[in-house]
Order: sequence, then structure tokens, then C-alpha cells
Amino acid sequence: MEKKKIITRRKAIITGLTSLGGLLLASCSRPLPPTYKNILRMGDNLTYVAHRALLPGQALAKEYNYSDISSFPATGTTNPGDSSKDTFNETYERLQKNNFADWSLPIEGSVSRPGSYSLADLQKFPARTHITRHTCEEGWTAIAQWTGVPLSSILQSVGILPSARFINFYSYDGWIDSIDLLDAFHPQTILAYGMNNRDLLVQHGAPVRLRVETQIGYKSMKYLNKITVTNEFVDPGDTGWAWYVGI
Amino acid sequence: MRQPVLASKNDKHTRWVKVSHWIITVSFFALVFTGSEMTMVHPRFYWGEVGNDLTPALFELPVSRNYKHGGWEASIPFTEIAGAPISAARTYEIFNQNGWGRSLHFLAGWFLLIPGLFYLIIGILTGHFRNHIWPRAKELSLRLFWTDMLTHLRMQIPEATSGPHYGLLQKLSYVGVIFILIPTLVMTGMTMSPAITAAYPFLLKLFYGAQSARTIHFIASVSLVLFLIVHIVMIVKSGFKNQIRAMTTGK
Repeated sequence: MEKKKIITRRKAIITGLTSLGGLLLASCSRPLPPTYKNILRMGDNLTYVAHRALLPGQALAKEYNYSDISSFPATGTTNPGDSSKDTFNETYERLQKNNFADWSLPIEGSVSRPGSYSLADLQKFPARTHITRHTCEEGWTAIAQWTGVPLSSILQSVGILPSARFINFYSYDGWIDSIDLLDAFHPQTILAYGMNNRDLLVQHGAPVRLRVETQIGYKSMKYLNKITVTNEFVDPGDTGWAWYVGI
Repeated sequence: MRQPVLASKNDKHTRWVKVSHWIITVSFFALVFTGSEMTMVHPRFYWGEVGNDLTPALFELPVSRNYKHGGWEASIPFTEIAGAPISAARTYEIFNQNGWGRSLHFLAGWFLLIPGLFYLIIGILTGHFRNHIWPRAKELSLRLFWTDMLTHLRMQIPEATSGPHYGLLQKLSYVGVIFILIPTLVMTGMTMSPAITAAYPFLLKLFYGAQSARTIHFIASVSLVLFLIVHIVMIVKSGFKNQIRAMTTGK
């Protein structure tokens, strides 16, 4: 009886270690963002690897009814055309004066047909509209309806190459960020130009912002300026914030 | 053929109990510390799926300069209809240390989740829960409950036995912590994750929405801190040195 107990315990430990090893192995075959020898970034990567290994691929975030739409605070940069702020961008100010008629979004890098897409070009693609919950890292949530073109349509249109691993986004207010291909090809990941049945407000990222519904709000970059497709992780340096924020 | 092993007077804390106890203790302190930081960033709590500075709160805590800061530009209604949802731009630099706060919270979360699962599995397999933690049928009487309650209120705490021999109230509070509070905290924590709720939408149903989950998470963590205070008072009252020795070197 005593012996039986030992085997059960050992089995439990071995099973546990094996599954942990499986998690770590999975991380070896995938490109991971750098940890900067920072234990917090190592923890972020563990969460990223665990989510990718344990959560089913591209499950859809919950979608709500039109009547669920709520008030929505605008935080972070709320107008890159405001010359009194340090996020001021002259080009953005000029585009804004012309109601973004001259705005266009270059898509470059590991693609076979790089190009630049105006607002009208983007609106020619079949649109996707969904009502989802925005989860801010600060702790609040808001529900809004977003209309835009699925990022996957654009990536297919520019002919994304098989070597591609990350999609990088640049904004008029100076941010650079990236997502992996699983999120990039997620059906709810869109380049949004409409919010709650109207044009995207400047304070919410006009003319076009990213929406990544499976991650925290700050991943949904406002004021898009450029997209590049890369084979490797583009290191923006340690921003002090987690790169993967599905949590 | 397994006979239920009755708790013996000579039982001591086993090594796996001690190791998981202290790893979880450290992770708990990190979780409470970073959780408090996050509460300071947004000290408002709500019920349902939605809650933000432009919607009414269930309760608000005056714990940082973010409390009722009021730094909002004129609001823009989304539709022409009266009472329509609005958008407003923030004009106030809020307190926000969530960059490290969130990452440390989730890192500490791993140190709760992995040893916690290990503890639960071994606890079931070895009969630790059955023999030491779970109250026996004959213990579950209102009379015993009141007797135990009164001795505790009178602060007549029996001396430590340096092993897992627990009274009724003690067993009940450990059951509450191990099987109710901590699992609730882990699950409500996951209900705040956009990736996890996309994969497991039942979590949103179970806790009545993402903001309800946050509120329950907060209340459960306050309950755990209260438990910790009582836990420490009881350890001091029953012989601090002996208790710490029993949970570490075991002599």
C-alpha cells in the first residue's frame, strides 16, 4: 500500500513536469519577443507561450447587441494634430485639415505586392462590423461597434510571404507595436475606420485604427501611419509594458 | 483496499505542504501588492460587462489621485438620441504604474497557479484533505460550531500541536480559502482576460460579466487579506515560534 502511494505521487510529478516541458519546447520552435534579462518580461513570455499552447487557436471574442454599446473614454493620445501636446505630428495636422482625403497606409516588408491604401481603397474591401468589449489595462471596459476591413484581407491582398512572422504597426503619435500571425489573421482583427455607425472620431484614432479583440486595449493602435510585415521580431526596446497582453 | 487514515496526534506538516505553503505565501504578497497598485489606478468598481469613468460605479475607493479626478473634456454623444452613450477625452495625467504592476501580478499568478494545482492534486491523492482539512460528519454540529466560536472569541486558543490537527472553525476557514476563495480569485482573474474569455465564454456568464468578475476578484482578495490577519493572530496566540518551526524545519 505504501509502495502504491509512492508510484501515484511520482506519476503525478512526472506528468506535471512533462506538461511543463511541453510548454517550454513549444516556445523553442517559435520566435519570442526579447526578455531584456528582465524577470517581468520572462513572465510575459511564459503567459504568451501558455496562451498559444493551451487556448484554442482563433476563438472569437464575445460580440454584443447594439443596445449594449456604452460610453467610451478616450485615453492616451486624443489628438496628434494638437500642437500644444508633445504627441503633435505636423503631417497628421495637415491630413486632418483635409478630412484625411490624402491619408494612405503603406504596407511593406515581407510581401510580394507592397502598396499604399487610401481610406477609399480600404473601404472597397468587404467590411466587417462587430460590437465588442474594449478592456483597458487600467481596469475599465467599454462596448462599441467597430467597422473596418479584416487585416487578413489586406495581408492576402499584398501577398504576405511564407517567411513572415510578425505584423508591425506605426502610429502618427510615435508608437511602434507588433502582433503575431495568429492574432493578425484572427477574424475579428480589423483596420477600423468606423465606430458606432459613424466615422472614427479623432479622439478614438481617426482615420484608421487597429482592433485586436483578443488582447488588452493598448494593442489596438490608434492613428495608423504604416504597416510592415517582418520575418523577425522588431525590437522597440523595453517599453516597461508587456508585449503580449491577452491577459 | 484503502482504509481512511485517521489524523494521528503525531502527524507533522509534510514537506510538500510546507513548500507549497511558502511559495504561495510569497506569491500572495506579490499579488496583494500589485493588486493594490491596480486598484489605485482605477479605484471604481462596477457590475456587469461594462464600467468606466463615464458610467456609474457600484462603489469607489478614495485610494489615489485618480479618485473622482474629473479631468474630462466636453463629451461627444455617439447618436442624436437623448441619453446616448458618449465619448470624452481625458485631460488629466492619472496615476498609473500598471506596466510593472500587471506583469508582476501575472508572474506571481503563475507562482500561485502551478504550486496551487500541485497542492490540490497531491492533497487529494494523499488523503490530506480528507484526513486533515475536510470536517468530519460528527464535527458538523451547530453546538460544536458555537463552542468553537466562543473559545475563539474569548481568545482561548489551544497551544500549537506542530502538525495538521485542526479545530472545526479552523477546518472551515481552510476549506473556504482552499476550495472557494482562491479558486474564485483565479477564475475571476481569468474572466478579465480577453484571450481567455474568447476561448472560454462561459466564464463571463458564470461571473455576470467582466466588470462583475473584477468586483468579485476585489472582494475575494479583501476576504483573503482578512483571513491572513486572523491566521497570523492565531499563530501568535498559539505559539509563534512553534508554529513557524512546524511549517519550516518541522522539529
